[in-house]
Amino acid sequence: MVTDIPAEIVYQRPEAFTEATTHYCPGCTHGVAHRLVAEVLDEMNLREKTIGVASVGCSVFAFNYFDCDFVEAAHGRAPAMATGIKRVLPERVVFTYQGDGDLASIGMAEIVHAAARGENITVIFINNANYGMTGGQMAPTTLPGQKTTSSPLGRDVEQMGFPIRTAELLATLEGAGYVVRRSLHDPKNIRLAKKALRLAFEAQVRGLGFSLVELLSTCPTNWGLNPIQALHWLEERMIPVFPLEDFKVSPALSQLRIS
Amino acid sequence: MPRELLKGNIATAEAAIRAGLEAYFGYPITPQTELLEWFSERMPALGRTFLQAESELAAINMVYGAACTGARVMTSSSSPGVSLMMEGLSYIAATEVPMVMVDVMRGGPGLGNIAPSQGDYNQIVRGGGHGDYHPIVLAPASVQESIDLTVLAFDLAEKYRTIVIVLTDGSLGQMMEPAELPPMQPVHRRQPDWAVTGAEGRERRILSSIYLNPEEEEVTNIRLLGRWNQIEADEIRYQEYCLEDAELVVVGFGTAGRVALSAVRTARAEGIPVGLFRPISLNPYPIEAIKNLSNRARAMLVVEMNSGQMLDDVLLAVSGKAPVEFFGRLGGMVPFPDEVLAEIRRLAHEPIAPNGNPRRSWMKRLAIAGN
Repeated sequence: MVTDIPAEIVYQRPEAFTEATTHYCPGCTHGVAHRLVAEVLDEMNLREKTIGVASVGCSVFAFNYFDCDFVEAAHGRAPAMATGIKRVLPERVVFTYQGDGDLASIGMAEIVHAAARGENITVIFINNANYGMTGGQMAPTTLPGQKTTSSPLGRDVEQMGFPIRTAELLATLEGAGYVVRRSLHDPKNIRLAKKALRLAFEAQVRGLGFSLVELLSTCPTNWGLNPIQALHWLEERMIPVFPLEDFKVSPALSQLRIS
Repeated sequence: MPRELLKGNIATAEAAIRAGLEAYFGYPITPQTELLEWFSERMPALGRTFLQAESELAAINMVYGAACTGARVMTSSSSPGVSLMMEGLSYIAATEVPMVMVDVMRGGPGLGNIAPSQGDYNQIVRGGGHGDYHPIVLAPASVQESIDLTVLAFDLAEKYRTIVIVLTDGSLGQMMEPAELPPMQPVHRRQPDWAVTGAEGRERRILSSIYLNPEEEEVTNIRLLGRWNQIEADEIRYQEYCLEDAELVVVGFGTAGRVALSAVRTARAEGIPVGLFRPISLNPYPIEAIKNLSNRARAMLVVEMNSGQMLDDVLLAVSGKAPVEFFGRLGGMVPFPDEVLAEIRRLAHEPIAPNGNPRRSWMKRLAIAGN
């Protein structure tokens, strides 16, 4: 009987994570996004230098999971609050974590102007095509024809307009240093998302201006799908509308090699 | 410091700078814009933070973020802009972080006009934003007092972890008069034990206004109220003029109080035993002082540049112990001293009606005067 195989840790809780138990629904990808952010904070040794800004939505309690200083913003105002913090503490790392209702609807002015100013903050933008916390209403990101509790017959673009491609919109602004969209629907894409988050924080540390990673995410509970079906729905329905691309990458970042 | 001829808005802004203001966030709106413009030049020159936000909503939330770091921070606006800031004020109050706001009131409601008004009394004094909270409100009546109260505002905000609002108006903001600025204080970043600055070598800190458990929210509300009780006990401010032997008591704050003082002095010269009570802290309100005056006053006259918003507080304090009358100008109109003097003469020489509705009897007098 072999007993002397040395134990090797291959997977553990990131240091930037607390031991809080998740409040997210089964199958929701918020947890994955949280973990990726925490891993990046660990890798870059930023935990003690970082101030997070939580927003209003399912991630309103994001501060329970990250072992760093945090504030909780009013609905949509996280980029303004982050601006206030960053301007008086420019050496600190400041990130917001916002959903699509928060960022692309009620907070559209704040996010556009933060990007236009080249505010040196990092934004993690969760796009799950609906308002999760309030029970699955239509969001600015809801797909044409998608049924929600406030578009029960499906989003009629004649009446309710079209989904907003936020990353593309913000990438047009000169203050934006890094704006990309990634997805959390399978391991390969999760790895790409992690790399994008790393680059977004690298952009901030290097003073390259506003950085944003839009993450396509699932909402099985409000979509009425099981977690596997939800991952497929994201891949088949959301990606054609929200392509996974780099929309703005500062030249200084494109040179960067991350192991 | 020598006395200089200073414009109200600029004196207020410079006073804040000299009080060690570290960051200012604002948005242009008349008749407040000189504050923003003054900060835009002075703050960067001193290596401090100035940012013109995309809206008042954004400005107040930038203030919220900066206040969470423990920095000395403020914003300024005028009535319609202040309405937009009410969201942020509620969150800031709930999070118990200190901040100062200057409201240079203008005529309203709605877009109104850019003339001086006191129409924001209810919104500012009663809290304005949602939920249970009480900001400290200070009302200057001169450029010098705008300076002094702005400096005081920062100390009070930090002492009590509360919002302090300096409530002025288009007249006080735009007028020029001699005043003395305080000496320059450098920025010294306080390190309060609640500030979020990065959890370097310490436990993380969280600043939020969310208490999903109503029991915890109630505890928070009671804590806020407890602090407010302390403020009510210690931070009442007012000024009395010619009140020692006064039978008639005029009550007015800010510009209306200042105009009323001219009328009171003229009336005194005519031998009318009248004095002025000018509340400086509108919140906490000097209820006891007014109650004491009402015990010996033959009548009280409230003068405001609104429809009698502070009048309600005077009526509460007086509680029927003396007749209370009202005179107001609205919509951006400033009363003339002669108008207030006519009211004082009427109270001195005509029979005083028993307690009625002061607003309605004032409107009846308006109708008789053909307005």
